[in-house]
Amino acid sequence: MTTLLGVPLPALYGQLLIGLINGSFYALLSLGLAVIFGLLRVINFAHGAQYMVGAFVAFLLLRFGAIGFWWALILAPLTVALVSAIIERTMLSRLYRLDHLYGLLFTFGLALILEGLFRHYWGAAGQPYPSPPELAGGTNLGFMFLPNYRGFVVVASLVVCIAVWALIEKTSLGATLRAATENPQLVQAFGVNVPLLLTLTYALGAGLAALAGVLAAPIYQVNPMMGTNLIIIVFAVVVIGGMGSIVGAIVSGYLLGILEGLTRVFYPEASNIVVFVIMAVVLLARPAGLFGKEA
Amino acid sequence: MSSAPASASDPTAAGVGLPRGQHRLTGLGSALAVIVLLGLLVAPLAVYPVFLMKILCFALFATAFNLLLGYVGLLSFGHAAFFGGAAYFTAHAAKVWGFEPLLAVLFGAAGAAVIGLVIGFLAIRRQGIYFSMVTLALSQMVFFVFLQAPFTHGEDGIQNVPRGRLIGLFDLSDTLTMYYFVLMVFVFGFFAVWRIVHSPFGHVLQAIRENENRAVSLGYRVERYKLGAFVMSAFIAGLAGGTKALVFQIATLTDVAWQMSGEVILMTLLGGLGTILGPSVGAGLVVTLQNYLAASGLPVTVVIGCIFVLCVLVFRRGLVGEAIRLLHRRGQGLPRR
Repeated sequence: MTTLLGVPLPALYGQLLIGLINGSFYALLSLGLAVIFGLLRVINFAHGAQYMVGAFVAFLLLRFGAIGFWWALILAPLTVALVSAIIERTMLSRLYRLDHLYGLLFTFGLALILEGLFRHYWGAAGQPYPSPPELAGGTNLGFMFLPNYRGFVVVASLVVCIAVWALIEKTSLGATLRAATENPQLVQAFGVNVPLLLTLTYALGAGLAALAGVLAAPIYQVNPMMGTNLIIIVFAVVVIGGMGSIVGAIVSGYLLGILEGLTRVFYPEASNIVVFVIMAVVLLARPAGLFGKEA
Repeated sequence: MSSAPASASDPTAAGVGLPRGQHRLTGLGSALAVIVLLGLLVAPLAVYPVFLMKILCFALFATAFNLLLGYVGLLSFGHAAFFGGAAYFTAHAAKVWGFEPLLAVLFGAAGAAVIGLVIGFLAIRRQGIYFSMVTLALSQMVFFVFLQAPFTHGEDGIQNVPRGRLIGLFDLSDTLTMYYFVLMVFVFGFFAVWRIVHSPFGHVLQAIRENENRAVSLGYRVERYKLGAFVMSAFIAGLAGGTKALVFQIATLTDVAWQMSGEVILMTLLGGLGTILGPSVGAGLVVTLQNYLAASGLPVTVVIGCIFVLCVLVFRRGLVGEAIRLLHRRGQGLPRR
């Protein structure tokens, strides 16, 4: 069997694929965090919980409504976005004039509530969610076997990331958004409804998290804690990439996922901490992050 | 980016730099301190001592945390690493190496200070909200290290930690003796924080909280002050964690998990950040609440989360902060703001 540094190649490809999948979720989540932070200056700690709720909505739709994956892919993000918009309007928006730390603390409390509720009603055990029948089976790529659903997740997350990037960088709505990031007062003076823009942005970010959750449901099991463990890694990813740039969030998401996969092959003991170690190194070498501007 | 929480920058909540009525208040403060101390000395006659010890440990933990958030304006989301780390070190030193209990606790706290030095050194390179994220991420790394390190015994934790004999004389397996040992550690740590806050060093810290750029322009090496405060906070949090490990004779992953970092934030916020007494009051409330909730079958996390949200939305001064504000209104006969 062909090996690289004593590691059989199929195992290497397998871990690379897992890394790519994880990276897809890191990218989707850090993208949502970056979008929200860009405009609201809030670190959305509830991002992991919103991801988890997205997965749970898909699971509940299937269990109680017999509504399948494809509908869930639309309905779950819409539900989470709507609820998040209401929360932003009624509560989070009161905190903007305060120190940014309060936004973090508020969303932390929100995350505790959401996770606590789902754990209370569904227990800590994972609930299985089947992958859609259209994507059952796999494809032989010649050098490895690729389950179709996993290939779909990688493509889908890439498409979503590029779409959001284009929305923000290439459309007039995105231009308004970026302008509001730079100077909200001025943009408001031009007659743009900035508070509405803030609400929509938060809803968009939360919806992205929920979308990631639905995509994740067939791969990881649906469980109440699935978001928190992920969000802390995503925080590190965001620090590594630098909050300033959408591209930075996406690229570092994929990159770190793949690096994590590689670590699992060559030095499995460190796979849990490799992202944090890289964060420490980046902090030493480039405190503003790989893609960030000096603050 | 201003890094001072709004209520902490409120001079009425800060407990220092009071314009008028200061002497009256400090007089009141020392009277209060004596009453509380006397109360704590006789408390085990009325209340279950283990419960009291738990409160004292968390009160000290929250006080250490408040040194950083309340007086330097740095929100650390990784204090569990120091609390839980010290618990592991103390437990290991007491059980495997047979350290005398006080030495074991000090060893644990010193270990926490070392972790604090590393995390602090990295985290102070970023400001404001990034600081919080970096501390959270690094403490999660510490969690994984403890999860995998052989001496921590993974999910089982270090069990049956002997309480030992204090300086070879006092048998701490006696609950009441143990209580007074915990009280001693608490009073020492609490007084240390009080001393730090009211020292010239502490005043520079508060200057950094109020206006970091100004402090830099005045020639202060802000990074050193921040790092110093971070390490001190870690050390005292470590005292609390090590003591807790002796009280419950166990060190587990719960103490290093991020949820613990969240709990200490809540305690401080609920009691009143930037006040000397607030974190202890908050710790007492949260621990008591958890006790009741555990028996009631209500989901603890949900209730804790709701209190969190309410505190942030409408109760940012916390209990002690509000009390100080009311006292000031009375004392001055006119509303301050």
